Amino acid sequence: MAVGLPENIFLTKLDAAANWARSNSLWPMPFATACCGIELMATAASRHDLARFGAEVMRFSPRQCDLLIVAGRVVMKMLPVLQRIWMQMPEPKWCISMGACACSGGVFDTYAVVQGVDRFIPVDMYVPGCPPRPEQLLAAVIDMQEKVRRTGTILGREFDVRDTPSGPTPFDSDERYRIQDANLVQLGGFSAAAVSSGVRGAKGHG
Amino acid sequence: MADLQALREKLGVELAESSFRDNLRVDVAAERIFDVLSYLKSEAGFDMLVDLTAVDYLEYEGATDRFGVVYLLLNVASGERLMVRTAVNLPDPRLPSVYSLWRGSDWMEREVFDMFGIVFEGHPDLRRILMPEEFAAFPLRKDYPLKGRGERHNFPVITRAGS
Repeated sequence: MAVGLPENIFLTKLDAAANWARSNSLWPMPFATACCGIELMATAASRHDLARFGAEVMRFSPRQCDLLIVAGRVVMKMLPVLQRIWMQMPEPKWCISMGACACSGGVFDTYAVVQGVDRFIPVDMYVPGCPPRPEQLLAAVIDMQEKVRRTGTILGREFDVRDTPSGPTPFDSDERYRIQDANLVQLGGFSAAAVSSGVRGAKGHG
Repeated sequence: MADLQALREKLGVELAESSFRDNLRVDVAAERIFDVLSYLKSEAGFDMLVDLTAVDYLEYEGATDRFGVVYLLLNVASGERLMVRTAVNLPDPRLPSVYSLWRGSDWMEREVFDMFGIVFEGHPDLRRILMPEEFAAFPLRKDYPLKGRGERHNFPVITRAGS
């Protein structure tokens, strides 16, 4: 190198330095609602040891976390809580949807269970499995680190462009038909206006 | 065995008795259910309400009433059990609350109200217990679709830039 630098100095970009620090100290927020939570605990325990990847600091306060791990099914009563926790987490933050239920509702295709959290909060990484083995979650964390290193910027500019929902639409077509039927029989309380305001494109935390 | 004959004579109430294996079942009209349960608790020693639940008999073969409400009683001293059943119908399914007899009926009546829409008069705090407050339907009724009517997806969508 033309410029003579002392031995203990190296040149890098701020983004790369921030990504290096962030990716190696992801602090997970465990949102464990079902059996996936048990696998999540196993991942953090000594045999699989999430600490090897710098992600062992499970914080039970969203204010101190930057990686939301949704482990387990989310029911409609729990979804506002999940959204609130997501909003409470400081930037930069990422989200792993762990297991079939968090990704798609799994076998619980019933009136109370949300068919995938990605309909309502942004998700960066999906882990398939019912429940996934700890190795799969570890792989997801490693992939997450890779994603942070590759896409991260120190000011979180990469998040600004993600202003449209990336998940499926909240209402599937068959769900729309059921809503129409319900409105035809005039159940009251759950009005058509309330339904249409909840469709894709509604922004913010209502 | 519970002395059902004495109950009939004392209250002047019609009881249809039946049994399945070792379960003794008694069917009571909804108007007299509180009197019967009150008697069973105070006179026959059924001091524990094990369970209180409901059944929707919509499209059930041979059923004459829409909802059956089931009280499972236990006499702790003798180990004797009794199933007391009654029936209510739409459009206004109503029953007297047994909260004054067994405090344990509190959440069970709330659950039956939440799932079937059966109102328990005299219950101190008849709110939904499982579903969210703003939920408008009664999901365990047979005419309610398994996948609901879109309630599970009626939430705002949070985007990455907006959070």
